[in-house]
Parts: sequence; structure tokens; C-alpha cells
Amino acid sequence: MLTRRDFMQVTAATAALMGSGANIARAAAGQTITQDDLLNFDSVGNVTLLNFTDIHAQLVPLYFREPSVNLGVGEVHGLPPHLTGEAFLKHFGLTPGTPEAYAFSSVDYANLATQYGRIGGLAHLATLIKAIRAERDGNTLLVDCGDTWQGSYTSLATQGEDMVNAMNALGVDVMVPHWEFTYGADRVQELIEKLNFPFLAGNVIDNEWQEKVFDTTAMFERGGVKIAVVGQAFPYTPVANPRYMIPDWSFGIRPEMVQENIDKARSEGAELVVLASHNGFDVDRKLASIVSGVDVILTGHTHDAIPGVIEVNDTLLVATGSHGKFLGRLDLDVQGGKVKNYNYKLIPVFSDVIQPDPEIQAVVDGIRAPHANVINEKLGTASSLLYRRGNFNGTFDDLICNAIIEERDTQISMSPGFRWGATVIPGQDITVDDVYTQTSITYPNVYRSEMTGETIKLILEDVADNLFNPDPFYQQGGDMVRVGGMGYRIDINKTIGNRISDMTLLSSGETIEPAKTYVVGGWASVNEGTVGPPIYDLLANHIRKKKVVDIEPNTSIKVVGA
Amino acid sequence: MSKNIQQMVRVDRREALKAAGASVLALGFASTAQATPEAAAEALSKATGGAATTMSDKVKFVGLPEIAENGATVPVGISVDSPMSADNYVKHIHVFAEGNPSPETITFNLTPTGKAEVNTRIRLGKTQNVVAAAVMSDGSVLTAKREVKVTIGGCGG
Repeated sequence: MLTRRDFMQVTAATAALMGSGANIARAAAGQTITQDDLLNFDSVGNVTLLNFTDIHAQLVPLYFREPSVNLGVGEVHGLPPHLTGEAFLKHFGLTPGTPEAYAFSSVDYANLATQYGRIGGLAHLATLIKAIRAERDGNTLLVDCGDTWQGSYTSLATQGEDMVNAMNALGVDVMVPHWEFTYGADRVQELIEKLNFPFLAGNVIDNEWQEKVFDTTAMFERGGVKIAVVGQAFPYTPVANPRYMIPDWSFGIRPEMVQENIDKARSEGAELVVLASHNGFDVDRKLASIVSGVDVILTGHTHDAIPGVIEVNDTLLVATGSHGKFLGRLDLDVQGGKVKNYNYKLIPVFSDVIQPDPEIQAVVDGIRAPHANVINEKLGTASSLLYRRGNFNGTFDDLICNAIIEERDTQISMSPGFRWGATVIPGQDITVDDVYTQTSITYPNVYRSEMTGETIKLILEDVADNLFNPDPFYQQGGDMVRVGGMGYRIDINKTIGNRISDMTLLSSGETIEPAKTYVVGGWASVNEGTVGPPIYDLLANHIRKKKVVDIEPNTSIKVVGA
Repeated sequence: MSKNIQQMVRVDRREALKAAGASVLALGFASTAQATPEAAAEALSKATGGAATTMSDKVKFVGLPEIAENGATVPVGISVDSPMSADNYVKHIHVFAEGNPSPETITFNLTPTGKAEVNTRIRLGKTQNVVAAAVMSDGSVLTAKREVKVTIGGCGG
């Protein structure tokens, strides 16, 4: 149960962080936190930007543990979002055990989860959004930074349409995409037709004529301020996800096109320029130092929940986490084409203390009811914490890797370093719904193939460079590929080809030899025509057989240079 | 965006074909003979008659990705800050791929008119540096370099 005292400690810390709108802690120990406490905010200026990102089709409240390992290399070493656990709490002045410590960090997660409960849920998010809109009538713009249409059973069953309907009902003003593209080019175009608001992707051009494919910019007026939102899709969609699904489109960071769109918006009278971006936080931090004339970057993709604004030159960067866990509120005082003042709060959506919005609850229920028999099936019970986030492994991925080895009879298994997927706490039932929050993709087949030790190393090196290249523009924003059946050592500060060593086959303890061949299973291959059972069926069957899932801490990866 | 390159440049077809014909698997599994940065530097020296080169931000890559979507056909644009007047213009733009079997990729020959901006597509057999060298009318050579990763992909979150 949240106490008012706990919450006030947190808001005081947050306010101190912002340097404005300090809330005076009202000592009232023992009282439960209320919806009003979450909404408590000293409004500023004439524009309110509301922002969420990477909701991954999560319609109902869930658990989501933030990473305990999220390393940064080079210039960003030790900077947010590359702070976790106690170091994160210390940096942001948060006290362990408080609601905000629970929301923003992994410290004592399983214990605090039983105390503070689930987070998110679209109807709960809607309550906060509607309350702020009512308070700031005519001043509010709601921006969704993408990864909205993918990540659940119902989103896969409806090929993204459930989320289009839900976001229309929520009254989103503008969105940008990434995983949306994994429904394929034709389906994306179909769904855009059904959206009540702009779908922006200024960095996507067609391969044949190098012309823009989507709208780049949307203009709004709020509180008398002319606002331009420039949109940026995930730059490495055709690399990180199957290119054959979107064969005619080319992506990329394209800073020169971003600058062009900003300049055009300014020349058309925009007084506030917002970049709604699915670049990932470190990419946007670098981009902000390259482009000029952008006031705010609403970041996404890397799922970072940063309880304060990060300033880069004259640009304010906001990172609002994932899975509907947070709503970002950024109030801006815009005068003469400049931001004169601002106040920010990343509001944790504590589902247990928010009255769900009836209209959106009805939409959510309407989406899920036809599938209730399937998604509510109990497959087993978790006896240990199952989570995904972390640079190298997560217990849910360990479970998936074990399932692949056992169900496909392989020596080694690989699971992609996705950052989406809910957490299951000890004692909780594992349902089909839970399996799909971890595995719901349109290229789910689990391959079984032979690979040499050299190839396995090449894959690990390749992915490690996506994560630990010191230049953010070469990072793809996922985590390290997860492995089962093998261990390795990684030195994150080395260069590609030199980071991975000591590859060991866990079943025998023998060294993995470059020239020797091993049987490997994995899912989410970006190659067309991958053969094998879908990962969600394989995982569901595995949990049905196990009944009780207990994952030991993974000690087979040695990390150097953190 | 840019002019039709066929109208403004003469592509050294023999060199282009040499690069295109040397097919290397995108993942770099194939052990084909590959160039080195030294070989690329030698090729640059040969192309410019041994002139001194200077890295310059007047030479910019446009549309060249940091990570290639398809190593078999990587878009590369080069724009050079130049008035393109009769007494001050870009005569040639050479493109080298340091890690390809043959580092010489393409040469654009320009005349003093319009903008010094060219576009083409090149094949990159593996992660490597792409080098652009602009030979100016005064004989100076300005260069730019960018690493382009050719990756396995598939692990973005």
C-alpha cells in the first residue's frame, strides 16, 4: 500500500531535481496515496505535452521491473539512463522502499511489487490524461512515441487493429513507429487509414526514388502556440527487424533530413518544435547536439524511465519508460518562439490507486473479451521472479532459452535482446497472456540449426557492438542476445571482434571451438522462410509441462569493464 | 535532391564493375581476399597522382547509413562545399571502400557548373570505412571518412 508520506518524499525529491515547483512535504504517515497525489503538479506556461512511449500493446495493469544492468560506454558512461539500482536512486535522490524507488528502479523489486502493486493499464492512464486535459483545456498535446501496436495476444490476433482503436479512443494527437512495421508494409498503410491522427516518419524514404513515404511533420495550435511535431521512426527497423516485410523502404537517422524538417516547420511559423522520436535515448542525446532549432525531444525505443528532463544545449530531452508504466507531463511557457520556463514530472501509473476511466475500460474489455478463454488460461506458476530487462540476461529469457533447448533438443539456444515483456512476480500464475507479452511477434518461428563456434562468436560480437559501440549512432537500442546452454566473458570496452571470450558449453564445461559445430535453436530470425514452431506455442507447452517455474540466477556471463 | 548523375558525371565503368563483381557474403563468412586501409590509401594516392590529402568537413556524406540495411546496395551521396565556378570547382570525386576486395569503387568527373553533389550505390562486403576524396581545381585533395557497419541484425528492442 502506498503511503502519503512515501509519496511526498518522492515528489519532494523530484521537485528538487527539477529546480522548480517544489512541493512541501505534508507529513501524513499512514494515509494511502491518492489519484490526486499522482496528479499533483505546479502547472507552468501555455503548453502541456503529455507523452508515453513503448506501450507495447499492454492494455491492462501489469508488473514491469526496470533493469538492474544498463551499461553505457564512452561519453555516456555513468550518465542517465546508464545508472541502475542504488546508483540510480542516489543520483535522483530517491529513498529505497518508496513508491518511486519501486517504479524507477529494480531495487528490492519482488518485495515492493507485493506492496505497491501493478502499474499501467490503458484505462488507468486515460484517467490521468483526461484529468490533465480538463485542467489544461486547450493547452494539451498527447504524443505517442511508438511501439504501440505490438506486444500482446490481442495485438497479434488483430494485426495491430486493437491498438489503433484504443489509441483513437484515447485521443492521441500524433504517433511515430517502429514495431508497427512488423505487420508488413501493406498492413501499416491499411492501419494508418484507420488512425484519427497523424503517423509521422520523417526519416523513411522509398528505395527507388528516395522520396518521403510518410508525413514528416504535424502542426498543432495549443494555448495560442503554434506547435510543430516532427516524427522520427526507429532508424534501424530494416536491420533489427525483417527487411522483407518492408522491402521498399529505407530508414536511417538522417540528421540532415531532421534539420530540414525543423527548419521548414520554423519557416512555416512554428513557435515550438517537438521531435517525437523512436531513435533511442543515446541517439537522441547525440542528435540534439547536432541539430538546431528543436525545443523538445520526446524520446522512445530504449525504454528508459528518467524522472527528470535532460538538457542538451537548448533542447529538453524526455524519456517516459515503457509498457504504460508512466505518463510524462511537460509544461512549457513558450514566448516569442522560445521556451522560457518549464516543469516536468514523470508520473508513475500506480494502477491500484487510480480509478480506471469507464470509457477506455469498456474499449479494453471489448478488445479482450472475445479472446478471454485463450489468454486467461493458466499454464503454471512462477516460484521465482520472471523479468526480461537487463543488458545480458533476464530470468524470463533464461526460461525461454531453457524451453528451446528442451523442446527442440539443442545444445545452445538464443533469444533476442528485446526490451519489451512484462514481469511475473513470485507466486503469480503464468497465463497465455503472459507468454504473449514476451513473445508476440509476426516472425515467431523457432529454428534448429548447426552453427560453428566461429559463427556463434560472430553473432555475439555483432550484437555486442550494437549495444556497446561508443558512437550512439551505431547502436540499435536492444540488449545483448540471450544465450542458453553456454557461458561467455565480455569486455564491453573492447572493439568488435574482441569483446567476447571464454565461450563455454555449460552441459560439459568444454570450450566452444571455432571450427566445431554445435546445434543451436533460436527465435525471431530476420531471415525469410525460417522454419519451426512459433515461440509462443513452444513456451506455453514448456510451462504447461513444468507447472512450477523456478529460475536460478544466471552466473554464466562474466562482464568486464562495466 | 541531386542531379541525375548520368548527365553530370562519367562513371569509370571498369572500376565500378570490378567492385560490383566481387561478391562477398554480407556476413563476411567468405574468406575472399580483402583490401586493407593501406591498399585504399595506395589507391587514393594513385588516383590523385600522389597529392597531399586533407580531411575536411567541406566533404560531407549524404544518405550514407551508419549501419547498412543491405550491404549489397548501400546508398552513398557525397556533397562538397564548392562554388563550382570556372576558377574554383571540384574536378573529381573518388570513392573508396577500405574493406572491399578492390578498394576503388567509383570516380565522378565534374564540370564547373551546378552543385558538387553526387549519389550512387555501392556494395560493401563487410563492416568497413568508406572514404571520399574530392580533387579540387587547384589540385588540393579533400577527404572524408565514415565507418559503415554491415551487421547480422535482428536484435533491436
